[in-house]
Amino acid sequence: MRAAVKAGAHTVYCGFADETNARNFPGLNFDRDEMGEGIKFAHDHGAQVLIAINTYPRAGSEALWHRAVSDAERCGADAVILADLGLLAYAAKHHPGLRRHLSVQAAAANADMLNFYASEFGVKRVVLPRVLSVPEIAAINAETEVETEVFVFGGLCVMAEGRCSLSSYATGESPNMNGVCSPATHVEYHEDHGALSAKLGGYAIHQVGADEPAPYPTLCKGCFNAGDATGHLFEDPVSLNAEKLIPQLAKAGVTALKIEGRQRSRSYVAQVVRNFRAAVDAQAAGLPMPEGMLARLTEGQAATAGAYKKTWR
Amino acid sequence: MELTVGANQFFWTADDWSAFYASIAAAPVDRVVLGEVICSKRLPFYQDRIPAAIEALLAAGKEVAVTSLALITLKRERKQMAELAEAGVEIEVNDLTALAFLPKGTAFSVGPLVNVYNEGTLAWLADRGATRICLPPELPLASVAALAAEGAARGVVIEVWGHGRLPLAISGRCYHARLHKRTKDNCQFACEDDPDGLSVRTLEDQPFLAMNGVQTLSDSCASMAHQVEALRTTGVGALRLSPQIGDFGALCQAWRDRLNGTLDGAALAAKLTDLSGGMRLSDGFLTGARGADWSGEDTRKFA
Repeated sequence: MRAAVKAGAHTVYCGFADETNARNFPGLNFDRDEMGEGIKFAHDHGAQVLIAINTYPRAGSEALWHRAVSDAERCGADAVILADLGLLAYAAKHHPGLRRHLSVQAAAANADMLNFYASEFGVKRVVLPRVLSVPEIAAINAETEVETEVFVFGGLCVMAEGRCSLSSYATGESPNMNGVCSPATHVEYHEDHGALSAKLGGYAIHQVGADEPAPYPTLCKGCFNAGDATGHLFEDPVSLNAEKLIPQLAKAGVTALKIEGRQRSRSYVAQVVRNFRAAVDAQAAGLPMPEGMLARLTEGQAATAGAYKKTWR
Repeated sequence: MELTVGANQFFWTADDWSAFYASIAAAPVDRVVLGEVICSKRLPFYQDRIPAAIEALLAAGKEVAVTSLALITLKRERKQMAELAEAGVEIEVNDLTALAFLPKGTAFSVGPLVNVYNEGTLAWLADRGATRICLPPELPLASVAALAAEGAARGVVIEVWGHGRLPLAISGRCYHARLHKRTKDNCQFACEDDPDGLSVRTLEDQPFLAMNGVQTLSDSCASMAHQVEALRTTGVGALRLSPQIGDFGALCQAWRDRLNGTLDGAALAAKLTDLSGGMRLSDGFLTGARGADWSGEDTRKFA
């Protein structure tokens, strides 16, 4: 958080160190005391903090998620990012003064949906799912007062977020229920006759030469056979980089650009944030965009603009 | 316990579609959900057949609901939803967009593609007019039990995915089009060649998933054959059978026999494997370590 704030992020989003957020990985996230300190640091430096409580509360255990919302307010968070209908209703009723954003995990993909969440739960901002093209985002913004936020750099969900149980089918742990996708505890690498294969939950979904860099076996970016074809049938092992689309996204009426900073090193976060801040400032000042500074930071060295370009579909 | 035939997930020719629903009118099921849930481009091919199918099913004494799409992004799709809301038939909501068009207080049902994971969400939907909820297939038995109890308290019938390839993901991208090196807008309806989905295998040629246009399904056929008693105990009111090609009427009869107690779990599983052309069965989301697991004896080739 400190690295992101110092590098010029206007806002930082993060989560508590438990299953209430969709990046529930060991060593990540904040306990309650750290969160309070982090928010104070951010506020002292003129930045805001949003707390993601964006998994789907488990039946019988909703109190854990309710407590996270209360603690977020107590820690001084500027907003909470929620996905679950029941949790939105709870927060709107019991914490009306706490600003509510809709998580990408709710996959609200059209203006009717944004307006629905605004009128039902007082949602002020929606993080859009990565299934929309830039013209579609512009059309949504033309039909709603709700602010929109879009991912511009980092991981790329190929499936509509919050609506994918590939991971729990193969490993038993899912983004919606556990805040986990394709967990490392279920990954095995095998070297055989000069080839390195990667399995997730026992399913072989990657193979490279032993001296090649092995991408992490994320399910939707695995290599599969179907019909006569073999390949990355869902998506290549790429990550999202929409830096070149900043002017179009600004013109489309997007309020905030989102960089995936969790599960990343401090130096990565600092460099990506610094570059995007420079680009956003240049855009605001009517100057040309700085280009191509981020290529080395993308996964597997390959990047895509994803669904923002309509042909991706 | 009731049997519901869920919305067909696949793209069938209009004649196959009509023949299927004609057979369902005679099948021992209580409720039928029909309409297009996966891709709005498919709907024009059989849309004009829907009213007659509804009429025949109602005449045969079935309850009928029409599904919303699972992922609504385009203007045309939003318009379809608005029209559906005005059509006067019960709607099964599979994307919350449909709710935005339903006047408050209108009764509706909720399909398996809406995230109902807890009591708070169920209560909110019940207040809004939900009378029946088919739970997401991902839920474990403990969650199903808690939600069935909450449903009973609020007069909402709880349904569970009983049979069929599991709907695991939905995307903006069409994988059938991508496989054929086409874009979604120029897909040329590649998914029509795979009326039960196209098997997706691992690099070791192990069957794993199935693609169906913008949808990704399990390769295995989920089956609650061994879970009927456990589900009944929790108060689950209905099992959902998902359409597939083959003799679906016989499949419905086998499930009815299981619910009546004239067929046990193992006998039903054997019958289903037969009727499904040797598909592997799974019930791991409910009781296993992971979705792909199967609690039965013989088909667990991939643990």
